[in-house]
Amino acid sequence: MSDLTRMTATEIAALVAGGETSAVEVTRAHLDRIAAVDDRVHAFLHVDTDGALAAARSVDERRAAGEELGPLAGVPVAVKDVLATRGVPTTVGSKILEGWRPPYDATIVQRLRDAGTVMLGKTNMDEFAMGSSTEYSAYGPTHNPWDLSRIPGGSGGGSAAALAAYEAPLAIGSDTGGSIRQPGAVTGTVGVKPTYGGTSRYGLVAFSSSLDTPGPCARTVLDAALLHQVIGGHDPRDSTSIPQPVPDVVAAAKLGATGDLTGVRLGIVSEFVGEGAEPGVMAAFRESVDALAKLGAEIVEVSCPTFAYALPAYYLIAPSECSSNLARFDGVRFGLRVGDDGNRSLEEVMSLTREAGFGPEVKRRIMIGTYALSSGYYDAYYGQAQKVRTLITRDFTTAFERVDALISPTTPSVAFPMGARTADPYQMYLADLFTIPTNLYGGPGISVPCGLSEGLPVGLQVMAPTMADDRMYRVAAALESAVGTFTPPAL
Amino acid sequence: MAAISREEVAHLARLSRLAVTEEELDTFAGQLDVILQAVAQVGEVAAADIPPTSHSVPLTNIFREDVVTPCLTPEEVLSGAPDAEDQRFRVPRILTEDVAS
Repeated sequence: MSDLTRMTATEIAALVAGGETSAVEVTRAHLDRIAAVDDRVHAFLHVDTDGALAAARSVDERRAAGEELGPLAGVPVAVKDVLATRGVPTTVGSKILEGWRPPYDATIVQRLRDAGTVMLGKTNMDEFAMGSSTEYSAYGPTHNPWDLSRIPGGSGGGSAAALAAYEAPLAIGSDTGGSIRQPGAVTGTVGVKPTYGGTSRYGLVAFSSSLDTPGPCARTVLDAALLHQVIGGHDPRDSTSIPQPVPDVVAAAKLGATGDLTGVRLGIVSEFVGEGAEPGVMAAFRESVDALAKLGAEIVEVSCPTFAYALPAYYLIAPSECSSNLARFDGVRFGLRVGDDGNRSLEEVMSLTREAGFGPEVKRRIMIGTYALSSGYYDAYYGQAQKVRTLITRDFTTAFERVDALISPTTPSVAFPMGARTADPYQMYLADLFTIPTNLYGGPGISVPCGLSEGLPVGLQVMAPTMADDRMYRVAAALESAVGTFTPPAL
Repeated sequence: MAAISREEVAHLARLSRLAVTEEELDTFAGQLDVILQAVAQVGEVAAADIPPTSHSVPLTNIFREDVVTPCLTPEEVLSGAPDAEDQRFRVPRILTEDVAS
C-alpha cells in the first residue's frame, strides 16, 4: 500500500470503508510520521497515542460488525488545543492551564468522536489564539514545514503545520481574526472559517466571543467540506448557534471540482489589491484570477471603503471581549494558582497567578481591552469600533448585491522568518489585514492554495454571504481543480 | 504625543489583576502606546448616526424546555481546581483581618 499519510481524507475513508486498510493501520502510520518529524515541526502539544488507537480499534470493530459508518470514519484528525477534550490535556498554549484535563468534550470534539474520526492529539497555537505566528505559544513555536526557519502562521499554526507535514490529513482550528485562514495560506493548505454561529463554540476556550469561529482545516477543499459537514450545525448548548442546517458544502465542493464557474460573479476587493500585499503574493493572486475567469467566472472589482478600518476596529473589539473573557482565569476553579501562602488575599493571589500564567501578548490585549472599556474612553474606542463594525457589515451586504462572492489574497505576505515580528506587536497584527473583515461581518471565508512565491505558498481567500458557505466551497474547489495542490519539500 | 503613560499602564495592570514587573511596565508602555495610536484610527470614520453592532447573529431571547439533563458530578467539576474542600472551591482569604474578626 502506498504511503497512507500522503492520502487525502476522502481516499483514506474509502480504503477503510472498503476494508483495504484498517483504521488502526492508518492511525499507526500517522503516529509514526509524528514520531519521525514532530521534533522538528512541533505541531503537537500532546499526542494521544492510546486514545487514538482505542478510537481506531473501535471503528474497525464497528465495521467488522457490519455497522454503517460515516463518511470520515477511521480518518485521523488533529485538534487545536483551544477545544476541550475530556481527560486529554487542554492548555490553549498557555501556562495558566498547564496540566488541565477537562471533564467534558467540546461539542465539535463530541461530533468528531461520533463520526468515527480518530483524534491524534492537540495542536500548538499562539497563547489563547492571540497571534499570527504561533510564536506566542508558551510551549515553544511551531515551524513551517515548507521552511523550518519560517512561521507556520497563527494562531492555528500547529493544525496547519500538521497537515503540511503529513502528520494528519484533517485538523480543527478556530478563527477569530484569521487564525485558520492565515496559517492555511502560509502552509499551502486549505483553511475554512465557517459562518459565525454555523459551528458550535461550546467547549471552545473563549477569546472574543462575538468573533470566535471553529472550523475545518485540510489539504483539499473536498476534505475540508466533509469535515465541515461533520462538525457544523446547530448546538443547543451554544446560545449563538444558528438553528439552521449547514448548507451542503460537500455537494458544492464536488460541483466546483468540475471546473465550471459559468454564471458566478466574483468581486475583487479593491482595497486589498493596492499596496497592501507584496508583489509575489499579488502575482500569484492575479494568475489565479485569470484561472477563475477561464473557468467561466465573471470578475469585477468591488470597493469596500470601510475595510481599511477593519484592523483597528478588530484590535479594539477583540481585546475588549478578551479582557472580559479571561477574567475567569482567577486561580480558583481550574489551572494555575500562584502565591497562596495562607496570608495573601484572594486579589493578591489572583494578580500573581495571572502575572505568572499569561504571556506578554495576552497581557497586552487584556490591558488594551481594559483601556478601551474604561469609562471616559468607551465611546471613542469600543463604542466607535462597534459602529465601524456596522459599516463593514454594510460594505459586505452592498457588495453581495453585485457579486456572489468576494476574493482577495488571504495574507499580505508569504510566511515570514521566525522572530521577524515578535518585537513589534503591531507588525504582527498586520498579518491579518485581509482576513479580519469577514470576522467582523460574521460571514464565511476560505483560504485555498493558489500558487507559490519564492518557493513559499500563497493563499487566495473567498468570502461569501452569511450562511452561504457552499458558495465559497464551489469557487475554492474550482480554483483547486485549475491550479492543483502544492507539496512542500521533503522534511 | 504619547497616547498612554507608564502610570496609566500601571493602573490598567492593577485593574486587570496583573502583578506586572517594573521592567514589563517599561516595555508595555511603549508597545501599548503604538497599538493605541494605531487603533485610534477608528475615530476617523464618520459614524455619529450609525448604530453599533455587538454581534453578527441577530439574537432574540428564547426559552428551552425545563427538563433535567445529565451534567457533571461535583467531583468532575472540582477535578481541575487548585484547591477544594467539602465539594466546594477553596479560595484564599477574601476579607481583611479586622473585618473578619
